[in-house]
Amino acid sequence: MIALLTRDLRLAMRAGGGFGLGLAFFLIVVTLVPFGVGPQSELLATIAPGILWLGALLACLLSLDRIFALDWEDGSLDLLATAPLPMEAVVSVKALAHWLTTGLPLVLATPVFGMLLSLPSKGYGPLLLSLLLGTPALSVIGTFGAALTVGLKRGGLLLSLLVLPLYVPTLIFGAEMARRGIDGLDYTTPLLMLAGITCGTIALLPFASAAVLKVNLR
Amino acid sequence: MTLNRLWAYANPKTFIETTDRVLPAVSVLAVLCLVTGLVWGFFFTPDDYRQGSTVKIIYIHVPSALMAINAWLMMLVTSLIWIVRRHHVSALAARAAAPVGMVMTVIALLTGAIWGQPMWGTWWAWDPRLTSFLILFLFYLGYIALWEAIENDDTAADLTSILCLVGSVFALLSRYAVNFWNQGLHQGASLSLDKEENVADVFYYPLLVAIAGFVLLFVALVLLRTRTEIRARRMRALLARERMG
Amino acid sequence: MSLEVNDLSIARGGVRVLEGVSFTLAPGRALVLRGPNGIGKTTLLRTVAGLQPPVSGTVQAEPESLVYAGHADGIKATLSVVENLNFWAQVFGKADISPALDAFDLGPLAERAAGMLSAGQKRRLGLARLLVTGRPVWVLDEPTVSLDRDAVAMFARVVGAHLAGGGSALLATHIDLGLEGAETLELAPYRARASVVDDFDEAFL
Repeated sequence: MIALLTRDLRLAMRAGGGFGLGLAFFLIVVTLVPFGVGPQSELLATIAPGILWLGALLACLLSLDRIFALDWEDGSLDLLATAPLPMEAVVSVKALAHWLTTGLPLVLATPVFGMLLSLPSKGYGPLLLSLLLGTPALSVIGTFGAALTVGLKRGGLLLSLLVLPLYVPTLIFGAEMARRGIDGLDYTTPLLMLAGITCGTIALLPFASAAVLKVNLR
Repeated sequence: MTLNRLWAYANPKTFIETTDRVLPAVSVLAVLCLVTGLVWGFFFTPDDYRQGSTVKIIYIHVPSALMAINAWLMMLVTSLIWIVRRHHVSALAARAAAPVGMVMTVIALLTGAIWGQPMWGTWWAWDPRLTSFLILFLFYLGYIALWEAIENDDTAADLTSILCLVGSVFALLSRYAVNFWNQGLHQGASLSLDKEENVADVFYYPLLVAIAGFVLLFVALVLLRTRTEIRARRMRALLARERMG
Repeated sequence: MSLEVNDLSIARGGVRVLEGVSFTLAPGRALVLRGPNGIGKTTLLRTVAGLQPPVSGTVQAEPESLVYAGHADGIKATLSVVENLNFWAQVFGKADISPALDAFDLGPLAERAAGMLSAGQKRRLGLARLLVTGRPVWVLDEPTVSLDRDAVAMFARVVGAHLAGGGSALLATHIDLGLEGAETLELAPYRARASVVDDFDEAFL
């Protein structure tokens, strides 16, 4: 399993723009928002947690179809299916690799982007924590969606349609946690819900994703 | 009727033969109930003292909302049957039910908005219930889109049934999340279109009839569409066999 | 460790293609599948490898004894030859890739990025993976595509050594590899007959 993780990370780094693309997209979204809603910092401060969450979510979405597509095209997926690794392990490692190359960089970049949107200083901690807890769920859910659409040409749009409704609970609790943190309120409930969703999806969704991949490989 | 006799309908031929007999009756009954319920509800009940005549829209709103959810539940059950027992009729029934469920969801949303407008002064509010139905609509959309996108029928049946399972879990989760999202700290501000709110007896009975009508309509439509799906599937199989030579 | 296939019926895209296929592959033997294009050789090999379920019949083999090599090589272009092979070695639990490098004469290319290889070299790399897995039963689909005459001979030598060492090979190929004692299985007789189209009630909806 480690071998698969190392390989995928190496591939992502050598693909050129692996880390960079998601971050660049995040930056673009964050930059465009003030143009859309006006530059008043009180307004931006109010919507900052939501925008940052949305930006992270959309940036994750961008790279989902690459999770399996390359392996599908060059036959590696067939070979992985016949290897001693259980398929559930393969999809979990893929999700982890996706998070390390997309979700985690976004989390680390958020303080900078928070400044662009006048995020109040009390908000940084809860926001970062919420993204740290929530982005793994986005990767795992996204992996499920990627497995569903792996064989399809132009699967990207369908992938978004399938995955975005599944993202709603994570987005709700993550953004709410950040907002409550900004207001100085207790954010244990959304935090626990968010953590619960992440843990639940990590534990259970790989079984569904593996089943889906096996169906698509038939 | 024991469960084993139920499985007999998994045979496409039996299903078509049975529905040949059953469908006309169900359709007529559906129309009767619908017409009775709606006419009774709209024209023969007094106006609500608070909401005036707009409350009558519950005769469409409530049944359609109920059916929107029940359609998904039916799809969930038939998806499970497909996964466990691989009955093609089951998978096709799920496929047949989805657009009907989706339209029910849209009707629920539209009538919800129409009902809400005089009360809230706006055509849309992010009320937890309406929002949940909007999300349900998106789930339906994705499910149908997946069916359409995949060529191989068995693969499509497998993938969509897994999607239905996973989607159901997330739909429940979303319901809770949306309630949390719109309650938050703002208790009591929820704009409830709850049918439990003061539905007096005089409204209740026509509502029951209307609900029965929608249920029968759903059943009739799904039976009809499943027959079509079975025939379409058979045609594709015959064509494929011909190509094989 | 032999491979036993009993009364196997397989389908492609929901349509039955072969029926009643049976054979046994004993250690040290090779079985070559022959038949016209489209008869279902690839489908049969994929079913034996476990990538798709058969319509009926059984495939019996020791667990973890098969390795499959299909049309596509499964090579990552941005990784070097050595990195590609090391990855598969680790996945299959083996450590040493030098025998594989030597057998397919990939030593001189060891550090080159796989994307820079010619088609024939890529194929050799894909086949070298078989040696790295250490598994006895090879299931191969058109392994000699893109290989020139010398490379085909190299491959035949490798397969011969594998068989001599107690391994076995099931392969679909149009080329005569000159393998000792290799049997041929002609697939045309197993073509699935379209059953009489009757009323609705066959599962073949």
